[in-house]
Amino acid sequence: MTTPTTVAGAVTVSLRDRLQQFLAFASLLVIFIVFSVASPNFLTYGNVLAILYSTVVIGTLALGTTFVIITGGIDLSIGTGMALCAVMSGVMIVNADFPLLLGVLGTILFGGLLGLINGVNVALLKIPPFIATLAMMLVAQGLALVLSHSTPIYFNDIPAYSKISRGNLIPDFPNAVIILAVVAVIAGVLLNKSTLGRYTYSIGSNEDATALSGIDVRKWKIIVYTFAGLFTGLAGLMISARLGSAQPATGTGYELQAIAAVVIGGTSLAGGKGSIVGTVIGALIISVLNNGLQILSIPQEWQNVILGCVILVAVYADMVRKKEA
Amino acid sequence: MAFVDDDPEAASSATLLRAEGVSKSFPGVKALSEVHLDLRRNEVLGLVGENGAGKSTLMKLLSGIYQADEGEFFLNGERFAATSPRHAQELGISIIHQEFNLMPDLTVAQNIFIGREPRVGRFLLSERALNDKAADLIERLQLPLAPRALVGSLTVAKQQMVEIAKALSYDARVLIMDEPTAALNDAEVATLHELIQRFRSPDTGVIYISHRMDELKAISDRITVLRDGQYVATVDTRATTMKEVISLMVGRTLSSEARPEGVREDREVLLSVQGLSTKALLKDVSFDLRKGEILGFAGLMGAGRTEVARAIVGADKTESGTVLLRGKPVQIHSPADAAQYRIGYLSEDRKQYGLLLEQDVNANITISSIGELFSSLGFVKDRAMRVASQRSVESLRIKTPSILQTAKNLSGGNQQKVVIAKWLLKDCDIMIFDEPTRGIDVGAKEEIYALLNSLVDEGKSIIMISSELPEVLRMAHRVVVMSEGRITGTLDAAEATPESVMHYATLRPDENPEDAAELGLETLTQEEGER
Repeated sequence: MTTPTTVAGAVTVSLRDRLQQFLAFASLLVIFIVFSVASPNFLTYGNVLAILYSTVVIGTLALGTTFVIITGGIDLSIGTGMALCAVMSGVMIVNADFPLLLGVLGTILFGGLLGLINGVNVALLKIPPFIATLAMMLVAQGLALVLSHSTPIYFNDIPAYSKISRGNLIPDFPNAVIILAVVAVIAGVLLNKSTLGRYTYSIGSNEDATALSGIDVRKWKIIVYTFAGLFTGLAGLMISARLGSAQPATGTGYELQAIAAVVIGGTSLAGGKGSIVGTVIGALIISVLNNGLQILSIPQEWQNVILGCVILVAVYADMVRKKEA
Repeated sequence: MAFVDDDPEAASSATLLRAEGVSKSFPGVKALSEVHLDLRRNEVLGLVGENGAGKSTLMKLLSGIYQADEGEFFLNGERFAATSPRHAQELGISIIHQEFNLMPDLTVAQNIFIGREPRVGRFLLSERALNDKAADLIERLQLPLAPRALVGSLTVAKQQMVEIAKALSYDARVLIMDEPTAALNDAEVATLHELIQRFRSPDTGVIYISHRMDELKAISDRITVLRDGQYVATVDTRATTMKEVISLMVGRTLSSEARPEGVREDREVLLSVQGLSTKALLKDVSFDLRKGEILGFAGLMGAGRTEVARAIVGADKTESGTVLLRGKPVQIHSPADAAQYRIGYLSEDRKQYGLLLEQDVNANITISSIGELFSSLGFVKDRAMRVASQRSVESLRIKTPSILQTAKNLSGGNQQKVVIAKWLLKDCDIMIFDEPTRGIDVGAKEEIYALLNSLVDEGKSIIMISSELPEVLRMAHRVVVMSEGRITGTLDAAEATPESVMHYATLRPDENPEDAAELGLETLTQEEGER
């Protein structure tokens, strides 16, 4: 094999990859421009910030679940798991007077624990991911209510807690968005450059072949679910910091929004394919749509109808493009 | 060699199916170029060609899966163009694919008549009528099938019979079989050939695609050869040697096959398996593998050869048994452990158990070695991986435009080389090949054989499980023969002949050898008796 051929092959592949991300980005841009033209209130600094700010929770959940979906799995427990983590944060910081930093770390690690349990159920007990995480979704939902006695826990006495989300390390720029950006970069680097990421893709491509290649698939699946759980914990932290309270009865539906973001971003539910850039763009598309439709005073009920259609179009377009490529 | 490119006028009355000047292109590839083919009445026509020669494409055109760009098809002298597999079936052309289209959770009868179930009234199905209908068909075809059996519980050979019964239930006039014997043992092949002989009649014909020359010699009347999407020749089977057919396929003459040199008894025993048993099948399996040796594993399907391999590498659980590596006992609980001990397993089913099909060559070659060679602090070294993959591609001469080519786009032979490269990079001392040349065309097989020989010359040890007897006899220094989960014989290269291997392969471990020799013919003689 001669070197020139190799180089030519490499160029074609990376160009196609870039085109894929360009297409997702282009659709985001088109939606953005349409709204900008449709309403003068859309393209303002304040509103763009509001869009970014509203992306944080779904975005964080979507980042972690991207890994799970690339392994060919699914995690339905991230929505109510997030609510449970928020409640745990309240229990630790408000009820038990934990120092703030410890409580914050504890919340994120508690999310990791939920993920670990999912991972053990899926990888060791071989319970199908859909079922294992559906069960965890119910358990988390119930536990959130039990631990909080079905009442919200307010962080009113700990003003620093809200600063995690609403504070401005950079003037006029909410911390939450910075945190999302940082974890997105971390997730992207891990998915592309770490052994974790590499095994995530290979498990999703062919779990049997990966195991027979001498990779400890069970261990790595547990790690992936645990890793996704850390993002659930972080999302629980971010949503309670934003609201200034832990709302035990929330969370349902967030998992589907996060999965929608991942899917719009071109990650295949069959596993083996996907990217963090895609997921970020997918989450942004959902936020921009919600925000823009609201500004155009389109009723809430219709927003979900439109979002549903967007998911169908996005996935269908992706399939057509892959068939051509 | 007798070419039989008859003048079409004279042959037309004898012709059942004809294809003329057929071309088909896919983006970037001309799969078929002006190919013709004619199938006569009452004939079994062999169709051969290396992988990529266009056999499958031609069959897919005949059966309506693809539409031809150019060319015409005639059935009984009438022009036709099948627009869908259903349409082709209605015309009387049925195809049995290499990979079956069966629903494992449905019964034999439900599979045969899927979409055509007998009904009571408009909506209700009549299970009894369905089973009666299937029983009639099965009896007419003299197949050893039970209409109510779940297809998933049947052996591969019986599943194939279900496919055949399904095809013939459409009153097929042309039966196309794509590599029908790839997963069958010799007795099952004989049963299949019997069935084909019964099917042929002045109204029908069979197109039989195969890589196995001995079978083509036995079953076919004529053989059509394709090469690189083009028609090469049609020859009369009786007047042609199979060597000549192979040289038509590859466009060159193959050198005569060499046998391996004598046993290597002086060599160090690298791997010693003692008393290996599993719950399901294996009983007290013991053997030694020496350094620089190819140890062949022969036996019929289901004898337990693959199970031995999977048990050794920890893919399946064992009940008892010890594995000694260089004289020391080792515990292998998973393929990950096996990889640590430098034992690699190369499955017969590369797509399911060997490759990350959607990933590139680079990812496939490096996957086993990432942890050891290509990572530090949890991060992967992409550049080092690419350098290593590139070197593997060059040294094994893997034909790929680049290491970033997706694995599924490679030919079978090159996919196998990718899997070999993976284990070489892991620096495996022991490689267990399960059917190393399955689905690989004749020319590439030679390359794989040469590669196996060069591996043992470098001091690697190889266990080679193979259902192709000529392959085992040609490659193995010693042959272990299994039957029903036990080792029934171990033969040196000098002792191993097709007859001696088949003798041990059909030996029932628990019974006396004379009864067992007839085991392979059991099903056939039963049917003969009923008739």
